[in-house]
Amino acid sequence: MNTVIVLFRREARLAMRQSADSVMVIAFFVIAVVLFPFGVGPEPNMLARIGPGVIWVAALLAAMLSMERMFLGDYEDGALELLVLSPAPLELIVCIKVLVHWLTTGVPLILAAPVLFIMMNVPEEIWPVLLLTLLLGTPVLSLIGSVGAALILGARRGGVLLSLLVLPLVIPVLIFAAGAGDAVLYGAGAKANLMLLGGILLGSLALTPWATAQALREAVA
Amino acid sequence: MLHYFANPTRFQRLSLRVEPWLLALMVICFAAGLYFSLFASPVDYQQGHTVRIMYIHVPAAWMALFCYTAMAVSAAVALIWKHALADVAAKATAPIGAAFTFIALVTGSLWGKPMWGTWWVWDARLTSVLVLFFLYLGYMALRDAFDEPGRGARASAILVLVGFVNVPIIKFSVDWWNTLHQPSSVLRMQGPTIHPDMLTPLFLMAAAFQLYYFWLLLVRIRRELMANRLRILRHRQASE
Repeated sequence: MNTVIVLFRREARLAMRQSADSVMVIAFFVIAVVLFPFGVGPEPNMLARIGPGVIWVAALLAAMLSMERMFLGDYEDGALELLVLSPAPLELIVCIKVLVHWLTTGVPLILAAPVLFIMMNVPEEIWPVLLLTLLLGTPVLSLIGSVGAALILGARRGGVLLSLLVLPLVIPVLIFAAGAGDAVLYGAGAKANLMLLGGILLGSLALTPWATAQALREAVA
Repeated sequence: MLHYFANPTRFQRLSLRVEPWLLALMVICFAAGLYFSLFASPVDYQQGHTVRIMYIHVPAAWMALFCYTAMAVSAAVALIWKHALADVAAKATAPIGAAFTFIALVTGSLWGKPMWGTWWVWDARLTSVLVLFFLYLGYMALRDAFDEPGRGARASAILVLVGFVNVPIIKFSVDWWNTLHQPSSVLRMQGPTIHPDMLTPLFLMAAAFQLYYFWLLLVRIRRELMANRLRILRHRQASE
């Protein structure tokens, strides 16, 4: 337990010192969504129709922006080798890094979402479901993104490559999350979508830390 | 036994002996398969002659899944046993698999326009095969993104294994979801639902594609081994 607290405090302190990263992610999220009314016209019904999907795609892309930095700082100054060699399980270290990444990227996205729901004229009855999909889906982005972030350490053009690797793997999350809003509006209820999102979250939680740890070991080997 | 073929020189000798036979068999299978597909098989009662696209589309789709599975197995063998030729095999398979996936998507699209009235639809089967195509591209991109080739090999091996979850999704997508794409007709518990007159050219073309893959794989592995050797010689020359 002591290990967890020490690791968490290290990651949290590092993240606090670079708080501009969180702000940039939120700013990109908002700007990306705001571009759509300019692009497709401000007709409210159409914006309501495309709103949940657009907001979710923008959340995906905003998360991709910050993903690269998960391990890059530690890789470049050698701290990653110490973490890999430490007696604490590497999978635990990965989990804590993912947790802090989600707290500094995913949670601000969820908090900024209601403002964007207003801007995209999303009907108020589906706000709770959409917020729930963001709550279930953004940790999955951090988890699967962590595998990608570990794989691209030392690669050329790592940031762009990361998006190419991670986005195909998170397409199911996007499909079920964006579909949840429609499901509520058509009366079918979002229970199935939310269950599937929960399943994907639990599966990623169980499997991705191991894959990320393996990738980290390959990166410093 | 697995490591018996890991010796590149032995592999090269064996491959040179086997390749002509594979090539000959492939030509025979293609000739027979094309003859049966285009001339000696019946027209569909609903689709007419358009059904003949199936004899390219279905084997290409089967090969797309087969190649990804082969890559995943090679990647696992490379990571677990550090087999010398396993990740060369994975690297050689990737463009072949990507090409088969592309052919499956394009021929499917060409078949869909006259039959379904649309070039594309976002149903479970087509979406998951498109994701497979992106996984192939991601693998090839990651492989080449590192200055040190060994790092690229190991990183992309992990990526292939992470993406392998897509393969059962593709296979069972037509059973789990309501899709426009037709349900499983060949690999089913109750046996195939296609008439034997159509199964013959289908399996002949599938065998031809499979032999093509194995022949091309051997050629590409030999090419990779020679490229490796050239790279070492060039490094040695540069450091003198």
